[in-house]
Amino acid sequence: MAFDSLNALIVMEGHGPYVWTCYGVFFLLLGVLVWWSLRERRQLVREQKQLQQQKTEASPLQAGSTAGSFQRINTSRQ
Amino acid sequence: MWQFFHKLGSPKWFYGIAGRFMPWLLGIGLLLALSGIVWGLGFAPKDYLQGNSYRIIFIHVPTAFLAQSVYLMMAVAGVVTLVWKMKLADVFVKAVAPVGAALTFLALFTGAVWGQPTWGTWWIWDARLTSMLILLFLYLGVMALGSAIADEKSAARAVAVLVLVGVVNIPIIKYSVNWWNTLHQPATFKLTEKPTMPPEMWVPLLLVVVGLYLWFGWIALYRMQTEVLRRERRSRWVQDLMHPGGRSDVSSGGARADGV
Amino acid sequence: MGKQESVVPAGLPILDPVAESPGVLRAMLALLRRDLRLSIRQKQDLLNPLLFFAMVVALFPLGVSPEASFLREAGTGILWVGALLATLLSLDHLFRFDFEDGTLEQMALQPQPLFLLVLAKTLAHWLVTGLPLVLLTPVLGLMLYLDGNSVAVLCLTLLIGTPVLSLIGSVGAALTVGLRAGGVLLSLLIIPLYIPVLIFGTGTVMAAGDGADVSGHLALMAAMLVLALVLAPFAAAAALKISLSAS
Repeated sequence: MAFDSLNALIVMEGHGPYVWTCYGVFFLLLGVLVWWSLRERRQLVREQKQLQQQKTEASPLQAGSTAGSFQRINTSRQ
Repeated sequence: MWQFFHKLGSPKWFYGIAGRFMPWLLGIGLLLALSGIVWGLGFAPKDYLQGNSYRIIFIHVPTAFLAQSVYLMMAVAGVVTLVWKMKLADVFVKAVAPVGAALTFLALFTGAVWGQPTWGTWWIWDARLTSMLILLFLYLGVMALGSAIADEKSAARAVAVLVLVGVVNIPIIKYSVNWWNTLHQPATFKLTEKPTMPPEMWVPLLLVVVGLYLWFGWIALYRMQTEVLRRERRSRWVQDLMHPGGRSDVSSGGARADGV
Repeated sequence: MGKQESVVPAGLPILDPVAESPGVLRAMLALLRRDLRLSIRQKQDLLNPLLFFAMVVALFPLGVSPEASFLREAGTGILWVGALLATLLSLDHLFRFDFEDGTLEQMALQPQPLFLLVLAKTLAHWLVTGLPLVLLTPVLGLMLYLDGNSVAVLCLTLLIGTPVLSLIGSVGAALTVGLRAGGVLLSLLIIPLYIPVLIFGTGTVMAAGDGADVSGHLALMAAMLVLALVLAPFAAAAALKISLSAS
């Protein structure tokens, strides 16, 4: 260990704020990037699952008869 | 070789094989990077010239290194997009550009914060900082162009052209910035001209570099998987994968297309 | 056309239409002449970059300092940045009108290689924007108290540098031609690529101001011009084809 105590590690002879800011921003930004990527995937999966659920419900073969009632038609462009 | 090339064209195959690699990339990458960072922060000896502020090097150099090589990788993928029209190549460019921009920003930020105790100023028009700044502009331009074109196919090809024009320019930019730097101010501070680093310093640095590369491999594959799923969502295999009763570990990226 | 048809038996298609189209050089010259004539008829478009250049330059004494010492030192930089921005401003029009009225599509279908036609258009663009900027520079240089030698070198660097700006800009213009918010995006894409030109341009004038021999610097700039001349039309033609296929 290059430092005598935990306190010395945090202070780093006065350079602590600089070093710790850098590491903080490093982990924060990469963390945000990971979180954002995970969220993108989750959203995609959720939307797709919903879409497919609606499809299977709407298809008369699997989900009894819905004749006569209104059906939600998905008009998303994709 | 050709079979591999053909397979790489198949999104389903890619999705499965990426899922198999990703846990290893993430695990080993995090292990190496974190151990390198802990070693560098707490155990490496302090630099006799710069004191403890040099410990920023353990993230500054890896991010700068990776930021530049990500751009080169994008350029290679751009060539593949334009010449062989391989879908995965433009998926790669699209998935990776924000990661490259973030890494470039981190390299700049850590460089600036390091500059304060070392040079006494936050920003210095040092040749390396300046060319990193221009690299950040290039990344942001690539992202802006990619999101401005609605049609996916032409967006991919336009971005590929821009990345290639940029990569031809990078050596010219670097050369010109170096030249300008020596013109405007006599060579002042050179980070690299330290006495040769002892192994207690460069081994942790190497660990972080390798670890960050592996981490990048993980996030690149993960984001590519997402993009592949998005593009292929009408296809049979994605719909099977997303089937309401099916395996639900798609969001972790670990799901295998062949497991369904 | 009529002459050939008499040779071909009736009912058979003419299989060699290329023979009938003008040669590459003639096509380029025709395109150059057409573009020049078009921009001369649109006098305002011709004047706008020049006015912009003069106004940007006038902002610096007003905004920073009218001191002769400051202007003499910063003058080359101001003029170079002004010329760069004025070129950037005019680039959006390089392909836009032709794109909108369909001429560009016809150009892409011509038997002549598209990159040579793009080169002709870029040359026309330089002749109507870059060259006037160079001609205006001595006047503005005097207003910024630059000495005669510096002004001469400055004009020389601009003479070599503005074609590079037009050539690099043609790639950006081609990439953004089909987009609605193309103008701002174009600047974002192109400015980083302009940095080396700016650095060498101003550096050369500064070196001349220090009394150094600048032939080496000028040779470097000329090398950049040659490189841009060789590579940029290809990239711009590829980008145009992409933009055309997207629309």
